[in-house]
Amino acid sequence: MPQNGTMIRVDHVTKSYRRDRIEIPVLRDISIDVPTGEFLALMGPSGSGKTTLLNLIAGIDRPDTGKVVVNGTDIDLLGESELARWRARHVGFIFQFYNLLPVLTAFENVELPLLLTGLSRKEKREHVEAALNLVGLGDRIHHYPKQLSGGQEQRVAIARAIVTDPTILVADEPTGDLDKVSAGEIMDLLDRLNKEFKKTIVMVTHDPRAAEKAHKAMHLDKGELTT
Amino acid sequence: MFIIKLVLKNSIRHKLRTFLTIVGVAIAVMSFGFMRTIVTAWSSGVQSSSENRMITRQAVSFIFPLPYSCLQQIQQIPGVTEVSYANWFGGVYKDAADWKNFFPRIAIDPETYFSVYPEFIVPADQFAEFKKERNACLVGEKLAREHGFKLGDLIPVEGDIYPGRWEFVVRGIYRGKDQSTDETQMFFHWEYLNERMHVETPGREGLVGWYILTVHNAADMPRVAKAVDDRYKNSRSSTKTETEREFQQSFVSMSSAIINSLEVVSYVIIGIILLVLANTIVMAARERTKEYAVLKTLGFSARHIIGLIAGESMFIASTGCVIGLGLTFPMAVGFAKAFPTFFPVFNVETVTIILAVIVALFAGVAAALFPATRAVRMKIVDGLRSID
Repeated sequence: MPQNGTMIRVDHVTKSYRRDRIEIPVLRDISIDVPTGEFLALMGPSGSGKTTLLNLIAGIDRPDTGKVVVNGTDIDLLGESELARWRARHVGFIFQFYNLLPVLTAFENVELPLLLTGLSRKEKREHVEAALNLVGLGDRIHHYPKQLSGGQEQRVAIARAIVTDPTILVADEPTGDLDKVSAGEIMDLLDRLNKEFKKTIVMVTHDPRAAEKAHKAMHLDKGELTT
Repeated sequence: MFIIKLVLKNSIRHKLRTFLTIVGVAIAVMSFGFMRTIVTAWSSGVQSSSENRMITRQAVSFIFPLPYSCLQQIQQIPGVTEVSYANWFGGVYKDAADWKNFFPRIAIDPETYFSVYPEFIVPADQFAEFKKERNACLVGEKLAREHGFKLGDLIPVEGDIYPGRWEFVVRGIYRGKDQSTDETQMFFHWEYLNERMHVETPGREGLVGWYILTVHNAADMPRVAKAVDDRYKNSRSSTKTETEREFQQSFVSMSSAIINSLEVVSYVIIGIILLVLANTIVMAARERTKEYAVLKTLGFSARHIIGLIAGESMFIASTGCVIGLGLTFPMAVGFAKAFPTFFPVFNVETVTIILAVIVALFAGVAAALFPATRAVRMKIVDGLRSID
């Protein structure tokens, strides 16, 4: 359930891209508030701007106008390296295609974000094992991505996203590449992270069943919020 | 530590591609090292020239002799400390078609020659034996090893510049002061040559090929050269006196086209190393665009991305360099064995090794430059959209 206070504030944000000298508006004057502990689903047809909005919230892209404030930090004011450090500390990413490094084991993939922290080797190991146990892959730590199923890979990706205990989790179509059973498991896991660990989650999805797990769903169409 | 681990893991991701690139770099480094060794060997005479030695030869050409009578006159020129002389003998030993049988045979004055060339070291007892016998000769250690010459052996030579059959008895084996000293020569008494000329070809006696002068101070060389050449300016045997370095350089410059070609080829090889490596690194970086975007998303900085790309490039370049250099030595040894007297000194010099390492490291850095810049400048959202 939503907690008190606003975790994410998107304030009159616009964003457009240039393709072959043509400017394509993607987001038009978007404003949303996401309370702390919220599980928000962003829905809409392809090209509606939901992933762009997610990228702005996660600090991997910048708005043309307006501002994005996360946990009190106006992230547009941060320089590139400050923003990178901010992302490392505050944001956990879950991608549609998992985006694990194929040459690293599950353990090493989950350990990646911790390499930027000052934790000792022992502490890192404890954190990684805890994250992998939480997603139910404690027995697969030495497996490489190609030795795992799609659902397991996504669970490793979730472990990587939560291992630093980030302030918010952003998920871009986390079930988009999974079968129904695996998708259900992933959504249960995200639901658990929200309910048990009070994580604020913003998720982009096409899947109405996935969106059902969210507290709230917002719809975008042609760069505008419709609901 | 993580970067190193990921660099190594990335490097062996496409084992065949990495292997072929390393082989390519190794062959290029080996070729570069070998070419540079040839260039160095070609000019080894220049490099090993003494700082205080000068050569006086006939002004028109080296092939024309000078009168023996110049000896005392040159000795009296102020600044000259010692004078020796020698003749190029030539001749044919065994089968002339075999390169191995070509080695310098030089008539010298035993009393002075080894004093002006202290880098040729002859054991005292052998030198004493050599001096006693008219047709005795001294051979270099490398030459003796190559032909199996031992003390007491007879070396028959068919004369060409000085016709007739000549027989020399090996009475000594000299060694060089260091690796740069030529150990492929044969020295014998100038008197022996002169006496036979006196008997067999009157008119060719009393001639020497060139004079070797030593001076106290290298700064005196221009003055001494002028004094010697002025002394014989209007004579039948006008002279040209120059430093030993200039003298050697004049031989090297006769083959300057070959040396320049070799140098150009060695630079082309640098380009080949760069292209081979750059091709692999650009390909690898392009394949990993999404991974770099993910790493940047997770908070990894430009420094990390550069480290990954440059690290892989340097790993391949340095591995290829080590293997290439490792192959250069046996190749140089093989070449030196196949053509033992072609280059009197044929060693892979330290400077060649350093150059090869610099070239490989430069190629490693240069090959990573473009893909690393592109990866650093890439927007995360563009990288995440890229297709695997």
